[in-house]
Amino acid sequence: MSMEIRVDRERCAGSSLCMSYLPAVFDQSDDDGKVLLRTPVPGADVAEAVKGAAARCPTGAITLHARDAQDA
Amino acid sequence: MPNEPAPVPVHTRRTRFDPADELRRLSAGGPVTRVSLAPGAGDRPLWLVTGYHEVRQVLGDQVRFSTSRFGARTPGGTSKTQRPDDGIGLLMDYDPPEHTRLRKMLTPEFTVRRMRRLRPRIEAIVTECLDAVERAGQPADLVGLFAAAVPGPVLCELIGVPRDDRDDFLRRCHAHLETGKERGERAAAGTAFTRYLAALVARQRKDPDEGFLGMLVRDHGEEFTDKELRGICVLLMLAGLDNISGMLGLGTLALLENPGQLAVVRDDPAALDRGIEELLRYLSVPHAPTPRTAVEDMTLGGKRIRAGDTLVCSIPLANRDPALIDEPDRLDLTREPGPHVAFGHGIHHCLGAALARMELRIGYAELLRRFPGLRLAIPAEDVEFRVRSTAYGVERLPVTW
Repeated sequence: MSMEIRVDRERCAGSSLCMSYLPAVFDQSDDDGKVLLRTPVPGADVAEAVKGAAARCPTGAITLHARDAQDA
Repeated sequence: MPNEPAPVPVHTRRTRFDPADELRRLSAGGPVTRVSLAPGAGDRPLWLVTGYHEVRQVLGDQVRFSTSRFGARTPGGTSKTQRPDDGIGLLMDYDPPEHTRLRKMLTPEFTVRRMRRLRPRIEAIVTECLDAVERAGQPADLVGLFAAAVPGPVLCELIGVPRDDRDDFLRRCHAHLETGKERGERAAAGTAFTRYLAALVARQRKDPDEGFLGMLVRDHGEEFTDKELRGICVLLMLAGLDNISGMLGLGTLALLENPGQLAVVRDDPAALDRGIEELLRYLSVPHAPTPRTAVEDMTLGGKRIRAGDTLVCSIPLANRDPALIDEPDRLDLTREPGPHVAFGHGIHHCLGAALARMELRIGYAELLRRFPGLRLAIPAEDVEFRVRSTAYGVERLPVTW
């Protein structure tokens, strides 16, 4: 079972915390300063860091969802 | 006793690097405590929120907690007093949807990449300040020459204040924001500062440059009023002066008192990134963000809060809550930084956090590189702490090297 990241760009306050914490997965748009996902389904090796980034988000704009094989 | 200074409000009291004992006692009784911040502060219930989770809950909920003293989102939906001119553009005092409108236009100007464009200018400013330290001879005051000298010019670079105007601009700004001054004197300084900002905005409207104001008027010219643009500049000064000078001064002292930790970041500047997060958490220089007003009745931290009550969130206590991190009273620059609330939380999370981090990183790194043998020139117990300011810090920091 892998993990899917969803970002709510309406909620995003552009703090850049996620991108600073885990630049391999999160980016910040030059246009509106809000979160961009480099990869919505990151590998297991960064699972803990993804959780850390989500915990840091000031507006709860990053959520993690279990992703079953059959959903793929 | 008209000349007696007013007592320091309880939520700002500290003992050196720590929250004061009386604050610790308050927070030991629970995450939310009814307090009186200062005598005569009024009889409306006032709550001090000290638990990490409760602080995040309050700051993260703009629906049930309002920061505005002027909007229409008051209990019962009645309109409050009109926002005064000198409050226009001060984002921390806005609720959605007015806040959303302004913040949305400002956010792209403060991205990590945009802030990186300021790096060479910040490096030059830090170098100039450290040159002045060296010239001053030993002992030199690191607060006057460095910690408090860096942030003003950096903000001028950000806003786009021309070099020749910088000293005047900062003098007027300090006089404007100075709370200890006589009311008349402050009003006069305020007028001079506001007039300068008005002229700067007018020039940028006519001929926008590549700076922050120029970009704002180019991208959103008609969507901002002149008063909003002026207010946003004031907001940046309010947010970027005392917080940074506090962090640079107090942070340097914390490093000097923990030589092992200082050595870690001096010898490996890459270790500074996480070290700065730990310093931000441990020092928590902003005492509290804008007080919140409960919009509805609720229970928080086991206490019954009523619509209209005021809540003050303690940043230093939230950041020293074991719910955030193990052994919160230990300074450890090498540990995994916890999700602290030094920059706030929720929709009002510090707009300039990326700039602040870069400024601190360059500041500490250059200071330790230039003065690897830096040490305090007075006994540690003689260091005076800055207590009457929106951000904690040290008054002076005499050093030798």
